[in-house]
Amino acid sequence: MTWGDTLFLLPEIVLIIGACLLLIAPVTFRRGVGEARRGPSAVTAKWATLGVLGATTVTLFLASYLVQNLEQTPMFARMFALDAFSIFFKLLFLVTIALVVLLSDGFLRSSSYSAWEYYSLMAFALCGMMFMASGVHLASIYVGLELMSLSSYILAGYFKNEQKSTEAAMKYFILGSVSSAILLYGISLIYGVTGSLNLLDLSASMSTLVTNDVLVFGIMLLGAGLCFKIAAAPFHVWTPDVYEGAPTPVTAFLSTASKTAAFAIFARIFYVGMHHFQLDWQYVLAVVAALSMIVGNLAAVTQTNIKRLLAYSSIGHAGYVLLGIISISEMGLRGVLVYSVVYVFATLGVWAVVLMLATSGYAGEQISDFDGLHRRAPFWAFGMIVFLLSLGGIPPTAGFIGKYFLFASAVGAGFGWLAIIAVLMSAVSMFYYLRIVVAMYLRDGEMTNIVGKSGSLRLVAAVCLLVTLLFGILPSPLIQQVSVSSGWVAARIVAHGGK
Amino acid sequence: MGILNIITYIPLVGALLILFFVNRSNARLIRIVATATVGIDFLVSLYLWPNFNRAGTGDGLWQFRETYDWIPALGVKYDFGIDGISMLLILMTTFFGIIGVVSSYSAIQHREKEYYSLLLMLQTGMIGTFCALDFFLFYVFWEIMLVPMYFIIGIWGGSRRLYAAIKFFLYTLAGSVLMLLAILALFFFNSGGIEFLNIAGLGNEPSFSVLQFHEVGNLIPATLQFWIFIGFFLGFAIKVPMFPFHTWLPDAHVEAPTAGSIILAAVLLKMGTYGFVRFALPILPDATRQMIVPIAVLSIIGIIYGALVSLVQKDMKKLVAYSSVSHLGFVMLGMFALNPMGLRGSVIQMINHGISTGALFLLVGMIYERRHTRMIADYGGLAKQMPMYATLFLIAALSSMGLPALNGFIGEFAILLGTANSTAYGTITYAVFAAVGIVLGAAYLLWLYQRVFWGPLDNPANANLKDVNGRELGMMLALVALMVWIGIYPKPVFDVMEKPIDYIVEKVDPGYFDRQLITYPDAPAQQPIPNEVAEK
Repeated sequence: MTWGDTLFLLPEIVLIIGACLLLIAPVTFRRGVGEARRGPSAVTAKWATLGVLGATTVTLFLASYLVQNLEQTPMFARMFALDAFSIFFKLLFLVTIALVVLLSDGFLRSSSYSAWEYYSLMAFALCGMMFMASGVHLASIYVGLELMSLSSYILAGYFKNEQKSTEAAMKYFILGSVSSAILLYGISLIYGVTGSLNLLDLSASMSTLVTNDVLVFGIMLLGAGLCFKIAAAPFHVWTPDVYEGAPTPVTAFLSTASKTAAFAIFARIFYVGMHHFQLDWQYVLAVVAALSMIVGNLAAVTQTNIKRLLAYSSIGHAGYVLLGIISISEMGLRGVLVYSVVYVFATLGVWAVVLMLATSGYAGEQISDFDGLHRRAPFWAFGMIVFLLSLGGIPPTAGFIGKYFLFASAVGAGFGWLAIIAVLMSAVSMFYYLRIVVAMYLRDGEMTNIVGKSGSLRLVAAVCLLVTLLFGILPSPLIQQVSVSSGWVAARIVAHGGK
Repeated sequence: MGILNIITYIPLVGALLILFFVNRSNARLIRIVATATVGIDFLVSLYLWPNFNRAGTGDGLWQFRETYDWIPALGVKYDFGIDGISMLLILMTTFFGIIGVVSSYSAIQHREKEYYSLLLMLQTGMIGTFCALDFFLFYVFWEIMLVPMYFIIGIWGGSRRLYAAIKFFLYTLAGSVLMLLAILALFFFNSGGIEFLNIAGLGNEPSFSVLQFHEVGNLIPATLQFWIFIGFFLGFAIKVPMFPFHTWLPDAHVEAPTAGSIILAAVLLKMGTYGFVRFALPILPDATRQMIVPIAVLSIIGIIYGALVSLVQKDMKKLVAYSSVSHLGFVMLGMFALNPMGLRGSVIQMINHGISTGALFLLVGMIYERRHTRMIADYGGLAKQMPMYATLFLIAALSSMGLPALNGFIGEFAILLGTANSTAYGTITYAVFAAVGIVLGAAYLLWLYQRVFWGPLDNPANANLKDVNGRELGMMLALVALMVWIGIYPKPVFDVMEKPIDYIVEKVDPGYFDRQLITYPDAPAQQPIPNEVAEK
């Protein structure tokens, strides 16, 4: 480790400084006296946050430019790797958070809560996610995960005067802490057996072990903790309540950014660290995946609140992504990456349209609020169809490409039964997505319910629409990038004689 | 950009024109653009007919080929090409595109903008499905078709439209996602194999090429073939629909607007039978031969059941819908005879069913627009009030029941002949049951005709019904012309499909044509084929 190596950490350093500045800024630049004494406005906060994200992106490109010609993957103290896999996810997180910031704009402007703290917490969460993406050591992954989780707990309760919101935060915090404890216990057991926490060392020492009950138990606990984070059944019970109670932009954050971050570490830990014991965990995860798909999709059918509906559907989506992890193949890993991208953009698009309907508080969250949307906002109703078709995996949207990878990897790995459950459940999922379409196009709503005209919401929806259609029709650039990015991780499996 | 792409995307261009450049209040202009689009599309598609090489075999079977890389990482190509069967179906699609648009002039009175653009998008999806020679591409078009049809039923349908639309969507989707898994299994077999199940792959380049799958199909182990066949079967049989997967059909047909019913009957149902002909038979010969009996039995049940249920219907549209189940049973029965005669009958019956049933739906739609009821009991004695309409209805009904000199006869006759003569079936029982189905078909159609058109004109509401107008007459005359043409001189149609069907028969039953040379032991010995001819 030299000073030069810290260059690889530059994006995170910039981000942390930025996050701290966002926290200090409103206190420092206060104007006025007494009651009228207040900090800079929410709009300034938005631009400041976007500026921090932009600076982080620039330094990320700089750092990745520096490492691209290195022969060995650069690692910082064997804890932090700046490889194509982590750069891919970091970029995805940066874009996601930027879009979530744009989504939050209107909500923060109309509420009395401080925008600066909100954005600062968002930035800290992003920092945690970036550490997770780069983590090649269970300790650094855990620290990143906790940074993200703690920020999310606070964000979930950001409507601090709303009972629903504080209740959501409380539930999320208690269950989240327990799951972190379980995760940590799993890690400690694994450390006890192998004497190491670096994923490469773990893999090396596991290759010499034939079987070990304590280790398998540790892996199970680790898996359970991670399943909680991605909201896979049967560790999903918190999801609907938290998604419903949290402010909608925060729900958008939880269902996209924090979920994909968990996908990223799930994939890296199990592909790089645990693949020697795949026979021990594969079937367990297969059952978890099957349960998630069945429970999530069937429970979503009866929901009338769109946030709860999307919460259950996101449980189903976690199940699909697990297919890619179970299959332990290059195809599966690419599937996880591709699906993360298509899922994020389709989901954020849905949230953008939901937020357009939300005039205040929890309004605009019932499916019936979508009635007759095609007359009020024909273009965004069309956009909503595209997002829903993408979530349902219907071509020519990007969702089909994502599902194709995951289902193909399951078939290729011999999990035909799981693939059958997956495709049937995605047919079921179309049923409840179509309910929203039915409301928008086949029912007449009141014209009085005007759609919010916020420019930033429209920008988010337009970006998501573009990406969803583009990657649906011309997926090659994405697949190309994903193949490069998954290469490093996939190479670990091959190097250790896995599949 | 070749001719097939042009035919496929003209409707899409028209749809986008309507969406972005025509004001929604200007219904007249919307109709003009839509009509012009389908008209141009039909004329352009006619280019295929004289330029198609009917003698093409081997690689020459697939004509107007266009191949581009689409997703190289997955081995997916954008591969278009047609043989005679696809060409017939494409021509039928573009023809019914016109009928669909023209028949909607008076039937669709609100939200025309969305309606015509969806109808045109649907046409792009249908033509693309028939053109695709890459399985991935085929699947994409196959799924794309669902969305416009869902909206057409759901927005412009009858009173139970929501239920019918969702049922249609989910049934078809459930079938097609299982088909996707079957496609994946084929893909893995052709390339890397499935290590976990001890299925060795062939190690070919990753590819979804249908023609490649045709080549390697007979190498697939029997068990895997069986499971792939089940996947295909669920995807296609729901679309056909075969008994017992037919329950979505009456709902969708009854609730859909007239044009939706026509296109559903004429083209969308053919997707299923086309899928069997193009994919299931040539790619999975062993499984196909293994599944002959179940499929023949289901077809027979479909024929008889569809006809019996038609007999008791009170609603004309429902009657025609159930008659589709019966007719498609014939198509499946002829196909699985696995001999050239049965397959020819099957393919021509796909066309015939489109024409006859399309005509019947059109006629039912016309009377519905006038009286807003489809109940048979509300009518009677219409022949006096609407002589022209009654004549056209009679011709369509006779064509549907298979009267000689009209198209239905040719198809049913060829199917019966192929079925009776089939070594694959090995029994004449199926043909006998099918013949019973023909009799029942005559029964429900003639009885319907009797109740609606004959007798006294005793319902005063019918006393002022106007006979067909020029637009309706024009559409019907075009359909009648086709009925008579195929009924009297079907040779051009049979010529087009001859080589593709020989190819399919040889794939599904290798050595079929060689065996035909020694069928009659008493006959004088065959002349040895000169070498140069045999090599060709």
